[in-house]
Amino acid sequence: MTDVAIVGVGLHPFGRYGDKLCLEMGAEAAQAALADAGTEWSRVQSAYVGSYEVSNPDAIVGWLGLTGIPVRGVFNGCATGGTSLQMAAQAIRHGEADVAMAIGMDKHPRGAFSADPSVVGLPSWYGQTGMFLTTHFFGTKINRYMHDHGITAETLARVAAKNLANGAINPQAWRQKAVSVEEILNSAVVNYPLTRYMYCNPDEGAAALVLCRADLAGQFTSTPIYVRAAELRSRREGAFEVQSPSLPVQSAPSPTVDASRAAYEIAGVGPEDVDVAQLQDTDAGSEVIHMAENGFCGDGEQEKWIADGDTEIGGRLPVNTDGGLIANGEPIGASGLRQVYEIVLQLQGRAGQRQVPNNPRVGYTHLYGAPGASAVSILSR
Amino acid sequence: MSASNQKPVAEGLFTWPSDEPQLIGSESSGRYSFPARPNENQVLLQRRGTLWGFTTQQFRPPSPPYDGDDTAETFQPYALGYVELPGELMVQARFTESDPAKLTIGQEMELRVVPYTTRADGTELLTFAFAPVEGNSQ
Repeated sequence: MTDVAIVGVGLHPFGRYGDKLCLEMGAEAAQAALADAGTEWSRVQSAYVGSYEVSNPDAIVGWLGLTGIPVRGVFNGCATGGTSLQMAAQAIRHGEADVAMAIGMDKHPRGAFSADPSVVGLPSWYGQTGMFLTTHFFGTKINRYMHDHGITAETLARVAAKNLANGAINPQAWRQKAVSVEEILNSAVVNYPLTRYMYCNPDEGAAALVLCRADLAGQFTSTPIYVRAAELRSRREGAFEVQSPSLPVQSAPSPTVDASRAAYEIAGVGPEDVDVAQLQDTDAGSEVIHMAENGFCGDGEQEKWIADGDTEIGGRLPVNTDGGLIANGEPIGASGLRQVYEIVLQLQGRAGQRQVPNNPRVGYTHLYGAPGASAVSILSR
Repeated sequence: MSASNQKPVAEGLFTWPSDEPQLIGSESSGRYSFPARPNENQVLLQRRGTLWGFTTQQFRPPSPPYDGDDTAETFQPYALGYVELPGELMVQARFTESDPAKLTIGQEMELRVVPYTTRADGTELLTFAFAPVEGNSQ
């Protein structure tokens, strides 16, 4: 099978940008990735462009150049970025392109995501009675998980504090102010047991990658990062998922578990080989659960890991070194590619003040979201 | 208020009027669903189950789709989560108890039908909610 390398990465920092067009942010991230690869849009032979808010994300060619190449819009919930990466890598493996791009961008209105339940096939009463909120899933899942595995609220606060502290030393983060564990615990409860500072917020931004056939990588960079696996899974019957009016009593693992296992198998590595990871932290509880669902620790072991600082920069497995979703917010189409951007910088040793000190060779990215989809990638030098 | 000024938020969700209302689900090859799926056999679900997990809603949900007659200022937080009906399914529902400190995973819960909003014409809309079974909390 053709090996695939990432040879350029670009980011339009996440945050709030007033009237600036979403497509403009996407184009800037794409140009930054092309410049990082020392190349131009005219070399790109296929592109995948993810967005929730832009109905025709392929319109980005109006900014990048009308070269006639196949460009495909991508939307797959919170797993959109990982899906774009997987499809761009497959375009190279299948021979459609020697050089391809994955681009993601979004520009969300302020506040919790809201829509009519019918858009996801749910009845009107579900929204009328105040049950159509994705945040209920996160609060309920961590509530049960804490009960079953002895995780404390202080551990959730420590995870949020870590991500905000990482954001504070990331000049591209949206939130660059550290917040104490005590302040996080005492901030307003949004959905019990999750407080305001434990949640990410929707925002704006873009990220982009240039990928190529591995044997061509030397034309673009001396430090290619190889895509060892990029796997996507949807939910199985019984998985505990967002926006489910009812669920079977017989449970099944999260799609995260399935995507993770598939990625390890394809990459030929195990969780113990991963040096730095990005895990979907829609909220602090999600990051705690995802540590176990991605195989990094057993259920309940997070309590000790977090108390010991194991997932901090400098710990045994640094997680969300750029501040994750909690410090960067979540422009859905771009979020997964921001994760890859950060892992590439870490593996190339150019993450600045937040560079992990363990000379990382293997990195890991993980997305999870409605309606029950997960994307995992494993990258290495 | 008389019952004539009350009506369910949707038809076919629960038996009403009834002193002991039940959710209307459906079953096919041993797989239960709520709300009932079209083209499946309808079944009345058990009124009692155990609390699987819960959270709260502390701020007024985006409206629409939420149609409570409250405002951001008058909104009353509520708790919600999943109740496991043994051998049938786990159902997501609002709870009559809004204080998380008074909810315990594993406790017994029982179905109620409660008003959640009043329309401009005075009609109360009813929805289903589970209540902790008194004297049986763990």
